[in-house]
Amino acid sequence: MSNMTILNARNITNEELFFGHKACAGCGGSLAVRLAMKVIGRRSYVVVPANCMSAVGFMYPAMSFGVSGLCCPFASTAAVLSGITQAARQLGEEDYYVVGFAGDGGTADIGLQALSGAVDRNDRIIYICYDNEAYMNTGVQESGLSPYGTKTTTSPEGAKKHGANPIKKNMFEIVAAHNIGYAATASVGYPQDYINKVARAKAHPGASYIHVMAPCPTGWGAETDVTTQLAREAVDCGLWYLAEYENGEFRLNKNPKEFKPVKDYLTGQGRFRRMREQDFKIVEEQRDAMWAKIRKNWQTA
Amino acid sequence: MSRPDMIKDYQGLAGWSDVGAPVVKSGQLIETNAGWRTLRPVINAEKCVFCLQCYLLCPDGTLVKDSGKLEVDYDYCKGCGICARECGFGAITMEPEED
Ligand SMILES: Cc1ncc(C[n+]2csc(CCOP(=O)(O)OP(=O)(O)O)c2C)c(N)n1
Ligand code: SF4
Ligand code: SF4
Ligand code: SF4
Ligand SMILES: [Mg+2]
Repeated sequence: MSNMTILNARNITNEELFFGHKACAGCGGSLAVRLAMKVIGRRSYVVVPANCMSAVGFMYPAMSFGVSGLCCPFASTAAVLSGITQAARQLGEEDYYVVGFAGDGGTADIGLQALSGAVDRNDRIIYICYDNEAYMNTGVQESGLSPYGTKTTTSPEGAKKHGANPIKKNMFEIVAAHNIGYAATASVGYPQDYINKVARAKAHPGASYIHVMAPCPTGWGAETDVTTQLAREAVDCGLWYLAEYENGEFRLNKNPKEFKPVKDYLTGQGRFRRMREQDFKIVEEQRDAMWAKIRKNWQTA
Repeated sequence: MSRPDMIKDYQGLAGWSDVGAPVVKSGQLIETNAGWRTLRPVINAEKCVFCLQCYLLCPDGTLVKDSGKLEVDYDYCKGCGICARECGFGAITMEPEED
């Protein structure tokens, strides 16, 4: 990062390249796309598979992206990115960027194979997964990234079992295990960290991946004005982390001395309404196990 | 221009041939989002220190910094209230929309 200008609210362009979209008020996913587009800029092609951002951004005859973009089949994001980057090169274009915005379902479940292939080929693509922890556009179904206890329409709450069971798939480490040139996690609650990671992905000559936590007030059962605060709380209570993977090394960007209570974060959301004390304990144990590993093996800030 | 303009007299589809090729211009908008709002953010210019925290966090890009002082694009602001909640200086209040 040393030879790059650090981006901030003041020096970032005034230009809006994701604007007038129909996302719900307070949508974290749309904030992730808006900020990324400001960094990546006009010389870009955008690919969005079936998800909320394509539903709200490509409402024919309106088009909220200020650059060329297309909606692709659900599973194909990274393959389409590869195709576009090759096509642009064959046409002799230089100085262009190809970026995809896929959801957690579109990344960790249905799009995983295409992503794996593109990273393995090391095509020059920027892949951004905005994680709202469920299939939101179809009305909130459980995905491989829904954390323990999440209430969705396919992981309902009842007397015996409430909410999603498995722990979140570890997408960041799955991508890193491909030996990718640049990968990072981020959060819309820490926007300056996020935009500078997008800038690093943009500067990277091969495949890059960013996994950004992007709360969904509609699917999470939260007010529209707490989106960014929830995103920040998730990091501060240790259920999400800010990190990078580069040159074969993991680096933690923020190492909280003390975690805020997970209970405060969880009880603020309708999707965790049924959680009890024993559930908070399970979540805390999962968190502590994850952080023990991180602190043992990664470079820490 | 830092944001797209709305096409005020969008004529709709010319015919079935348009439907065959659903391709439109980048940044083409045909309506505003103002009708979504039940609350509107109002900036108190005396309290605003132009730190731009709210600007970074607005999902709709409807806080405008072009002029060097903060303004709201009321055509596209949805009234989510993130800006008011995140302002550390209490410079934005959410006020009910009339009617
Ligand atoms: C092959 C295929 N299966 C299912 C769908 C239906 N579908 C459209 S969007 C969507 C949910 C996407 O979830 P995610 O990727 O997490 O993005 P989000 O909607 O949460 O933004 C689903 C299941 C589809 N369009 N194509
Ligand atoms: S359902 Fe959630 S992710 Fe989808 S547009 Fe609404 S707030 Fe955004
Ligand atoms: S966060 Fe508050 S003080 Fe900072 S620019 Fe916005 S309104 Fe002004
Ligand atoms: S109320 Fe929401 S949409 Fe309107 S300016 Fe504030 S953050 Fe942006
Ligand atoms: Mg999702």
